[in-house]
Amino acid sequence: MTAKLTGKGLTLIRGESCLFRGLGFALNPGELLLLEGQNGSGKTSLMRAIAGMLSLETGEIYWNGVAVSRQRQEFHGALVWLAHRTGLKGDLNLVENLRFESALRPQANVDLAAVCKRLGIAKLKRLPLRSLSAGQQRRVALARMLMADVPLWLMDEPFTNLDREGRKLVMELTEEHLAKGGMCVLAAHQDVDINATIKRVAL
Amino acid sequence: MSDSSQQQPGILAGLLAVTRRDLLLAWKRPGDVLNPLFFFAMVCTLFPLAVGPSPEQLTVSGPGVLWVAALLATLLSLNALFMGDHEDGSLDQLLVSPQPLPVLALGKTLSHWLISGFPLVLISPLLAMTYRMSTDVMGVLMLTLLLGTICLSLLGSIGAALTVGLHRGTALLSLLILPLAMPVLLLGANTVSLAAGNEVYATGIWALGAYVVAALSLAPFATAAALRISNE
Repeated sequence: MTAKLTGKGLTLIRGESCLFRGLGFALNPGELLLLEGQNGSGKTSLMRAIAGMLSLETGEIYWNGVAVSRQRQEFHGALVWLAHRTGLKGDLNLVENLRFESALRPQANVDLAAVCKRLGIAKLKRLPLRSLSAGQQRRVALARMLMADVPLWLMDEPFTNLDREGRKLVMELTEEHLAKGGMCVLAAHQDVDINATIKRVAL
Repeated sequence: MSDSSQQQPGILAGLLAVTRRDLLLAWKRPGDVLNPLFFFAMVCTLFPLAVGPSPEQLTVSGPGVLWVAALLATLLSLNALFMGDHEDGSLDQLLVSPQPLPVLALGKTLSHWLISGFPLVLISPLLAMTYRMSTDVMGVLMLTLLLGTICLSLLGSIGAALTVGLHRGTALLSLLILPLAMPVLLLGANTVSLAAGNEVYATGIWALGAYVVAALSLAPFATAAALRISNE
């Protein structure tokens, strides 16, 4: 049986340097793919390649056994990407930002109030995001990820700007997501303490 | 957890969501809306002061000045079309959104036109009065500007998408767009001139309309492709 998300023979060349060559992975529901490497080793590039935003030199990413490039929209409907930059509008408040995101996706059965409470941002709903701290903004980005309610999470350095509790919360949320049969691709240079099947890709 | 096969919201929902968000952002930062409008009004009112108030001269140069000012005002505002989204990462989020990118790009173009193109059309009669334009000709001016600004927003979105990753891409953006925008300028200004001279002008309107249809059907796809290329 083929895995849900696979990459085969991935090669990426950036300028003069080859970031990775012939890289492969296979990810099944409930598993975490951990991308490890130093700064500039190509973690974010690999993640962008998985999201279909970066064309690779060679190789292909497959979702349900079909190349992602042939079913981009279906694949994008199944993933949410927590990027380094939050992708939220500083002039809008939390509710306005999340309402925009949810308008692009099928109606998910997730309670916004409960998500906000869990992430400790319930009191910040009416403030423009510009006035929040970097850590609070990251929590709003996490809220967007939870609201999307999709099987595949791409998380690029999710612990940036978060306090110790926040980091613990991210790990808990990831564990819950994996326990529900979700999948997660996580790039981090810190150690993660997540109780699940972890597959590692060293870059 | 929802399955990916679940029914997606219609494509109109994505278009409206993007447009609504951008209008909301413009509402919270009115400076962005007023800048091109202010530029347009300044050029159009300063020109008669500089060349002198002779009625013949103003009637002849009016359509051209108004149209050039509208074109430049639109070009000035284009740079910001994708810049903000690029800087805060929301452009990346649009690229991985489950909605088709051309539709989202069209939504952004629509809001750009509503914010910086449509207001120009609305205040143009006021400025046309400076050039002793008759009411009938004002109607033609508004109609050509209406069609013309739609064209310019659509064409401009391609250029804005291509130059989004570049610092100070404004000059390059203008250079890219000008050859495509030139027919719009010529058609627009000459149609108004013909109308002012009591000649047959309908051909120009039809040609502008055809340009709008062509741009509307091609530009969103070109913009989407350009966005993917410049965000690699």
